[in-house]
Amino acid sequence: MPKFKGKSIVSLKDMEKKEILHLMKKAEEVKSGKLTQVLKGKVIASLFFEPSTRTRLSFESAVLGQGGSVFGFADPGASSAKKGETLSDTIKNVMGYCDAIVMRHFIEGAARRASEISSVPVVNGGDGANQHPTQTFLDLFTMLEKKGSLDGKVIGMMGDLKYGRTIHSLAMALTHFDVKLHFISPKELNIPDHYYDYLKAKKIEYVHSTLESCGKELDFLYCTRIQKERFYDPMEYEKVAGSYKIDKTSLEYLKPDTFIMHPLPRVDEIAVDVDDDPRAVYFEQAHNGVPVRAALLGLVTGTI
Amino acid sequence: MPDNKQYKVFKIEQGTVIDHIPSPRGLAVFRLLSKNNNSLISIGLNFDSKTVGKKDLIKFEGKIISKKETDKIALIAPEATINIIKDFKVIEKRHIDIPSDIHGIIRCLNPNCITNIEKIDTIFKVVEKKPVKVMCHYCERTAEVKPDMIDKE
Ligand SMILES: [Zn+2]
Repeated sequence: MPKFKGKSIVSLKDMEKKEILHLMKKAEEVKSGKLTQVLKGKVIASLFFEPSTRTRLSFESAVLGQGGSVFGFADPGASSAKKGETLSDTIKNVMGYCDAIVMRHFIEGAARRASEISSVPVVNGGDGANQHPTQTFLDLFTMLEKKGSLDGKVIGMMGDLKYGRTIHSLAMALTHFDVKLHFISPKELNIPDHYYDYLKAKKIEYVHSTLESCGKELDFLYCTRIQKERFYDPMEYEKVAGSYKIDKTSLEYLKPDTFIMHPLPRVDEIAVDVDDDPRAVYFEQAHNGVPVRAALLGLVTGTI
Repeated sequence: MPDNKQYKVFKIEQGTVIDHIPSPRGLAVFRLLSKNNNSLISIGLNFDSKTVGKKDLIKFEGKIISKKETDKIALIAPEATINIIKDFKVIEKRHIDIPSDIHGIIRCLNPNCITNIEKIDTIFKVVEKKPVKVMCHYCERTAEVKPDMIDKE
């Protein structure tokens, strides 16, 4: 059985397939109620050097719902970082008061650095444009929950595949499984070249598609938002953005059991009236962050 | 040996000869090694070479280069050869090896990387050898090593 106790979770690269699957199993047990009070008596520090209400609430709900307690700060204005304290000193201080640290920071590599200083495990809740591993774990959890297994599944990734950290991270994680990927994006926002090399090396089949052409093949459609600022030419944005939005009409391109996922928050890339469709699972997906984060904290603090 | 012929051009008694640096990287190699260096230095540029086309050559009279300096050269001119000279003879042919991990020496080009914010030593993993590409242990960005990433300390 994989050993998690004391382990920091900073990057997807820190987790082997068997560890990911073990986490998924434990998260399922937390969600079903088979495991309860997994953080009883544990104190978790929640250090948000960059505000992120959704991620913070999900982590805090995970801790409180499992009998743990949580303290920390929600935005950098309230933290000692504002007064010029280094990250190292903040961590050295806080690690004396808790069993694990959850942190989000706008600096890339901050969580890795913290994990090297800290005597308690550090869980990365996002470091700049770099990693946000618990998002990927809850994505995988949702996929496994919906389809039982990932092998043989076909996943469409749609929208901004160039800058989307969630997409990059999910694509890397999916290489542990026998999946096929469809990339659905304007050419300006294709996934960066080195991911193709990585996918090839891992023998993962991928194609560039349109939703119309591949929709009937998909088990999952993972949507992300295309931001206007990513285009040099605003006209270009107006021309293409519409093709990467989901509404009642585009639902017809999908199978009756193609699940629609999104890391949230969405703006207008999924029409509100799609929410009632049974295939729309993005809110459920977000809620899965709670058992996944609870299980992860239970594993690294050694209670599970 | 063709090398012997070139030593006749500017022979050194003891020191280091860095040969087979693909042109025009000779001056970049020189710049990496020139700090706090008072030895007599000769630089030859654009020699014909059977192995690398045009090559550059640097000789340091009286200076034996360190392991750390060898590693720096490996990053920008892995094709180079290094000979240590004593009494006009080659006493050591130093093999250039690209290490799998690089501690210090190079800085991360990502301005939003923790290594550029707090005073900590950089660590890079070599992900490709020709040309040398490295991944930052902290921000996980990958970049091809360029001379201006290398510390001149
Ligand atoms: Zn870096």
